[in-house]
Amino acid sequence: MTSLNVLLAVCLAYVIFLFLVAFFAERAGIQGRGGWLLRSPLVYTLSLSIYCTAWTFYGAVGNAARSGLEYVTIYLGPSLVIIGWWWILRRLVRIGRSYKVTSIADLISSRFGKSNTLAIVVTVMAVITVTPYIALQLQSVTLSLSIFSAAEQGADGTRIDTDYAAFWIAVGLAIFTVLFGTRNLNVNERHHGVVIAVAVEAVVKLVALLAVGIFVVWGIAGGLQETLARIDASDLGTWQTDGSRWATLTFLSAAAFLCLPRMFQVMVVENDDERHLQIASWAFPLYLMLMSLFVIPIAVIGLEVLPEGSNPDLFVLSLPLSEGRDGLAMFSFLGGFSSATSMVIVATLALSTMVSNHIVMPIFLYLRQGGASQSGDVREVVILSRRLSILGIIALGYIYYEASGGFGALAAIGLVSFAGVAQFLPAMLGGIFWRGATGLGALCGLAVGFLLWVYTMLLPSFGPGVVLSAQIFEQGLFGLGLLRPHALFGIDGLDPMVHAVLWSLLLNTGVFALVSLFSFPNPLERLQGAQFVNVFDHSVPTRGWNATVAESEDLMIMAQRILGAGEARTLFSDQARAQGLSGHLPEPTPDFLQHLERVLAGSVGAATAHAMISQIVGGSSVSVHDLMAVADESAQMLEYSNQLEAKSHELSQTAAQLRAANTKLMQISAQKDAFLSQISHELRTPMTSIRAFSEILRDTEGMGPMEKTKYANIIHVEAIRLTRLLDDLLDLSVLENGQVTLNQQTGSLADLLDRAIATAQASASRPMKIRRRRLNETITLQTDLDRLSQVFINLMTNAQKYCAATAPELLIDVTEHDGRIMIDFIDNGDGIPVDAREMMFEKFSRIGAQDSNGAGLGLAICREIMARLGGDVSYLAEVEGTGFRVVLPHSVALAAQ
Amino acid sequence: MGKHVLLVEDELNIIEAMRFLLSREGCTVDTHGNGTDAAQVIRSLKPDLVVLDVMLPGKSGFDILEELRADTETAALPVLMLTARGQSRDREMAEKAGVSRFMTKPFSNAEVLTAVRDLLYVHQHKG
Repeated sequence: MTSLNVLLAVCLAYVIFLFLVAFFAERAGIQGRGGWLLRSPLVYTLSLSIYCTAWTFYGAVGNAARSGLEYVTIYLGPSLVIIGWWWILRRLVRIGRSYKVTSIADLISSRFGKSNTLAIVVTVMAVITVTPYIALQLQSVTLSLSIFSAAEQGADGTRIDTDYAAFWIAVGLAIFTVLFGTRNLNVNERHHGVVIAVAVEAVVKLVALLAVGIFVVWGIAGGLQETLARIDASDLGTWQTDGSRWATLTFLSAAAFLCLPRMFQVMVVENDDERHLQIASWAFPLYLMLMSLFVIPIAVIGLEVLPEGSNPDLFVLSLPLSEGRDGLAMFSFLGGFSSATSMVIVATLALSTMVSNHIVMPIFLYLRQGGASQSGDVREVVILSRRLSILGIIALGYIYYEASGGFGALAAIGLVSFAGVAQFLPAMLGGIFWRGATGLGALCGLAVGFLLWVYTMLLPSFGPGVVLSAQIFEQGLFGLGLLRPHALFGIDGLDPMVHAVLWSLLLNTGVFALVSLFSFPNPLERLQGAQFVNVFDHSVPTRGWNATVAESEDLMIMAQRILGAGEARTLFSDQARAQGLSGHLPEPTPDFLQHLERVLAGSVGAATAHAMISQIVGGSSVSVHDLMAVADESAQMLEYSNQLEAKSHELSQTAAQLRAANTKLMQISAQKDAFLSQISHELRTPMTSIRAFSEILRDTEGMGPMEKTKYANIIHVEAIRLTRLLDDLLDLSVLENGQVTLNQQTGSLADLLDRAIATAQASASRPMKIRRRRLNETITLQTDLDRLSQVFINLMTNAQKYCAATAPELLIDVTEHDGRIMIDFIDNGDGIPVDAREMMFEKFSRIGAQDSNGAGLGLAICREIMARLGGDVSYLAEVEGTGFRVVLPHSVALAAQ
Repeated sequence: MGKHVLLVEDELNIIEAMRFLLSREGCTVDTHGNGTDAAQVIRSLKPDLVVLDVMLPGKSGFDILEELRADTETAALPVLMLTARGQSRDREMAEKAGVSRFMTKPFSNAEVLTAVRDLLYVHQHKG
């Protein structure tokens, strides 16, 4: 007899062996070695075998012994899915990898607009539905231990306390899972080590079951023929199978295969290559077939050979034991142990990811809002929350085991779980195939299905009197017959399991569809819906194993584009050195990726940097959320650049204004310089003559009187010129500054002209002939007559000075138009060149420079005077000779009437 | 033998005064009244000294001076420049252009004559 101690030692050794396998696989994965094994489709297929738990290992035989061929349905469902519904799986895998889905809760919440509520609901439902399943594993391991202890009882009289054993098994599994699953955090929530360990366990349980089967057929029954004969002789073949139950079970196991959190974990999250599904589509059904091959023989022989009342769930163990094959029994025990542990580890990991990501972390982040976020800090919290979640989930399983009494049939407990997770099916399939599905629909469907499942399946599974009283079973909730847990709405006579599945899934689907039809998705939901449903249109197949170096190279190329070659190279080689590598490319560790993302974010914005890095590292396409963040960022940048553009436009305008002002100032300054030079010139020139001749007169001895008179005369003329210049300058200055006071007088235009002509002719060296139209001159003016006269004299003097005609003549013509009086002075000279006409009203502009008696201020003064009088003086271009027109304003003319 | 002086000046009374002064020094005096063709006239007359006004009709004295200095024949020709523009900048411009002597109007006759003698007899072969 194998002693319990030996058994425990073997278990411990087996666990340590698994742990080492996982540890080395993990390390090989990080170092990029052994990829062919880690990423082989065989490992993927074997990892799918966590579908076969202790229920399958022990319970299938028990089920066959109790219900005949019904156990086949448990294998049939998944086989149908993987062979016939591979397209659903492919879509799930593509979505999962493309959008970095970490769990089924994440899938459903992502699809329905990243709804937190949905994530929490799915997580809570998953925990509740999987709890019985974990309890099932505890129960099976405890049962198998008790078989050994029962066999040992005779030897030393000790009997192990099964409750006590279950507790320690739970503790062991919890420690095991924590050690396996949360040693470090993986960005993708993937666990290469665990997958390899699960694959090893898959082999162990298959070989163990086959070994027992072979022993039973050839060792006990005495060969194939004998066995078949015994099967024919047994009741098993003749048991009637309930058609509805058969169909429901097949459907249920198919749904569970898709919806179980642990199946989602190995099938979608841990998937490395979509092509693995092709291999799995025949290899996994083959595995299931091998697992089910000896179920009937073991059940039949067990029923025959073992004493009445033996637990058929344990035939796999008790048959070898009864034949004294301790080694085989031990091996078989290890097979069952493998089935249980691998399921608990993966299921708990998957659930803890959900609990931690969707419940613990959001609460934690909410509570510490405003606190500085340090990544290392959060990592610690995430790992801690994972570990606590694992402990919590296993504790729940243990509590369920205790509460349910620990003696229910394995298959029955498993079915409760299956029906529970099947509630995810409508939301999941609807989400990935139907764009019209809405989050509200999914929420309502899930809630209705879940409540019905709890009421019709979970609570009744504890048996009458534990949670639901026997009265409720008989008369319904609140005494309403319609609400009897096993005969809802008065539909009686159905198998309770079929009844529960039918109602919960029917109403779940119905409510989901109806609410979806009558509710509107929010924009994010709509986008995610489109992305998920059309996942094959805009995503690439998930890639196989990427050598880590290749990823680093891609990252390097991207970083070079953004940061520039030099900076990127420095960054990468620094990181490589920090990692203790000799080359210039670092390993893409999470730390390095975070660092790189931060650096890139400085250049392109956080969302863009994140999207770029996940594009390369995850091999996944960018999610809608990422795109929206990128769009937000781009909008901000656009806004910013628009502002900059406006600013720079403003600046350039200001600069232009400044330039214009500066140019003007320079012009004014140049004008001032020119004016000063001009005045200086005009003053110094006569003074030069005066000084020179006065010195000549003083210094020259023996000068004749004629010469003396001549030179004295020059001095006299130049002195007068100087005086006049000063007068003009002062006059102009007064006029320009507007300080002039006009002396308003009334007088006749004719008289004014008479006096002006007399003055002008008097100073002229050569009087010119004046022609007038006296009739037009009978106008009385009211203005500053002296100033007006000054203008007339100036114009006439100019005419006398510059008219080059042999017989100079001046026409003075007065006309009235619109109440304005126009006085034209037109001589018979040559006119003024076009290019000089503009300039001649400016100060110091002289047309004939040789005649230097004027300083060039006359016309400037005229223009200023006329401006003060409210009129104008201008050059008459369209007349023969040289003409100027003086215009007197309206008011002056009105005063004349 | 009397020196030949060319006056480039447009003020008749100043020409009169200069002619009087220079004649008494024994110089032959020619005059030219505008800037436009002054350089040409100077080249053809080849005077011993040019008395050059700055503000001339047609072309400024500075431009004429530059023109003279650019021509090898007249590069070393003594030029006495007279200006009535009282800007200090003008002296710098004139010196940059290579003026031999620069005086501001109104001048004292003695100063002008000293400068003229200087240029005609002392610094004649300078440069």
